[in-house]
Amino acid sequence: MNLSRRTFFKTCGAAGAATLAARPADAAPSATPGAEMSAVLVDTTRCIGCRACEAACGEVNHLPAPDLAGEAQVFEKRRTTAPAVYTVVNRREVAGGERFVKTQCMHCVEPACASACPARAIEKTAAGPIIYHVNRCLGCRYCMLACPFDIPRFEYESAAPYIRKCTFCADRQAEGLEPACTSVCPTGALTFGKRAALIEEARERIYHNPGEYERHVYGEREVGGTSWMYISDRPLAQLGLPSHLGTTPHTALAQGALSVVPLIITLWPPLLMGIYTFSKRREALAHEHAESIRGSHEEDRHA
Amino acid sequence: MRDQSITARPWVTEKIFLGLSLRDYVRSLMTPGTLVAGLILTIGIPIIVYRFIFGLGAVTNLTQTTPWGIWIGIDVLSGVALAAGGYTLASAVYIFGLKDYHAVVRPAVLTGFLGYLFVVIGLIVDLGRPWNLPVPMVYSFGTTSVMFEVAWCVALYATVLFLEFLPAIFEWLGWSKARLWAVKLTIGVTVLGVLLSTLHQSSLGALFLMAPTKMHPLWYSPYIPVFFFISSIAAGLSMVIFESTLSHKYFSNRVPQHSHEKMDRIALGLAKAASVVLFSYFFLKLQGLAVGEHWGLLGTSWGAWYLVELLGFIVAPCLMFAHAVRTSNVRLVRWTAAWTVLGIVVNRLNVSVISMNYNVEEIYVPSWMEVWTTMTIITIGILTYRWIVNRMPVLDEHPEYRESH
Repeated sequence: MNLSRRTFFKTCGAAGAATLAARPADAAPSATPGAEMSAVLVDTTRCIGCRACEAACGEVNHLPAPDLAGEAQVFEKRRTTAPAVYTVVNRREVAGGERFVKTQCMHCVEPACASACPARAIEKTAAGPIIYHVNRCLGCRYCMLACPFDIPRFEYESAAPYIRKCTFCADRQAEGLEPACTSVCPTGALTFGKRAALIEEARERIYHNPGEYERHVYGEREVGGTSWMYISDRPLAQLGLPSHLGTTPHTALAQGALSVVPLIITLWPPLLMGIYTFSKRREALAHEHAESIRGSHEEDRHA
Repeated sequence: MRDQSITARPWVTEKIFLGLSLRDYVRSLMTPGTLVAGLILTIGIPIIVYRFIFGLGAVTNLTQTTPWGIWIGIDVLSGVALAAGGYTLASAVYIFGLKDYHAVVRPAVLTGFLGYLFVVIGLIVDLGRPWNLPVPMVYSFGTTSVMFEVAWCVALYATVLFLEFLPAIFEWLGWSKARLWAVKLTIGVTVLGVLLSTLHQSSLGALFLMAPTKMHPLWYSPYIPVFFFISSIAAGLSMVIFESTLSHKYFSNRVPQHSHEKMDRIALGLAKAASVVLFSYFFLKLQGLAVGEHWGLLGTSWGAWYLVELLGFIVAPCLMFAHAVRTSNVRLVRWTAAWTVLGIVVNRLNVSVISMNYNVEEIYVPSWMEVWTTMTIITIGILTYRWIVNRMPVLDEHPEYRESH
């Protein structure tokens, strides 16, 4: 080996630099989870509550026309999504006015529903949409329990029920179209695009309109990131978006418990068999002991 | 003709009608207990049929925000916990070599098996698309799901319990060779049983790890799997005491007289173990509170209910068992066992139903038809237990195999 001190340091330096350079490069994809997945930015300052999105959604998904289509009193009651209603727009009273908020599946980057499903009936596609395969579904409703946004809906009135929720128009997206709702929005409240690009767009709007937006892109970090993201001029909790979810993907919560499974499978049999061997041996010794006592009694008697 | 019927009674008469003629056998069934059971089934079975025709919404009060009700809370979660006597007693006797408890292994294994059987029935009634049950078992494995683990463990463990119970069935049928073969399996299936029970008793708790924002923080804990596992041991021990008390009362014709004193000793021994288990369970629960730093919540009304569970259903039975063992008070042991069984049901309901969606206005109250369905499934379990105990060597030993263990 002919390694001078100089070459040695040089090599070390290069390796070190490579490591340093490699680290941010490796980290880059995870900086924006699901960067290349399709997403929607909802700008609540632009929504006028026209509910064209609701109508378009109903149409492409062959659902009944939205409740009180075109009528003003629809906003008097707070509505939720339902098996035949994939999205609703609600009015929220805020200090000095009102805002409209669209609700639908958030299409999480790491969806709790999909990881909860025992039969992989709910699937997160590489393109972004979370889709449902009814032919695998057991109807156990664990997805409903697991969803932090309370989105999957169950057909309680059916003997062969489906889980229903916004599909993010996965079929339309596969054909290169945008979702029905975003395609009809007349005010630009809904912007369809790639997730990373939309986060940039959201930040840009916040930066270029000082004082007009809350400095929070809802869905950028919540539960590990969602494909539907919201910006607003009011705190998003006031608009009914849950504010206590944290930034850890809920999928991670069960993985610790599941990781114990192989441990128990490998540990228990030898442990239990060991104990069994001990108890067998103890029994045998006790038996021997009893025999020998009886034996010595016999001898006494004979003697 | 007459001679023939005495020397060789038909197999069916012997094995199924308990040696009675069909008419006498039917007459022997006409007891108040059977009539009550009959009434429950007459209303309950149509409810179940109705549910399968018109959907879950027709009979339950479940909603989009409350997808899991008492069928999951009682039939499945409590059912599995109370069936834990099977693995608890089988491991005590066959693995740890505590032969004193041999007399209660079979009733415990049988209760365990029937427990799982009606857990599965309850699950099928609750599932929206039960015909897809083979999907996660055969080709679409949701390996990231705790539910997937539960499904596999429960299916395998029900099989294991059946294998553990096989010797009793073969003794009843008089197939000695098959019995010998089944007995040889005992250690293997017992180890497998403990393994599977450890996994699914705890993973039933782990199901709720996914709902951190929906459950009340006093019940949500990263330790939920451990809580479920430890409490299942206490549940299993208490259930064996409780169930053997009832069996010895209602099947006294099947139990040799001299064994009552032995049963008292067994009950005291199990009570001692249950007391120790409840003691560690209590300290684990405290650790859960400490890790979550939830002490402040104890002062709220949710805290009051939490303390009822903690002090009333964990600390109290722990002390009562300990006191009863010290004073050899078997009566107190039996009442405490019943109380502990109730406590486990309260805990499983707290986790799955009561603390769930605590921050939502809507409150789920089960419909009468949900309650009736639960009663129906339990009744089917009890009737099956009675049918088997009256025929097979469960509480008593088969005369031909008395010396064989």
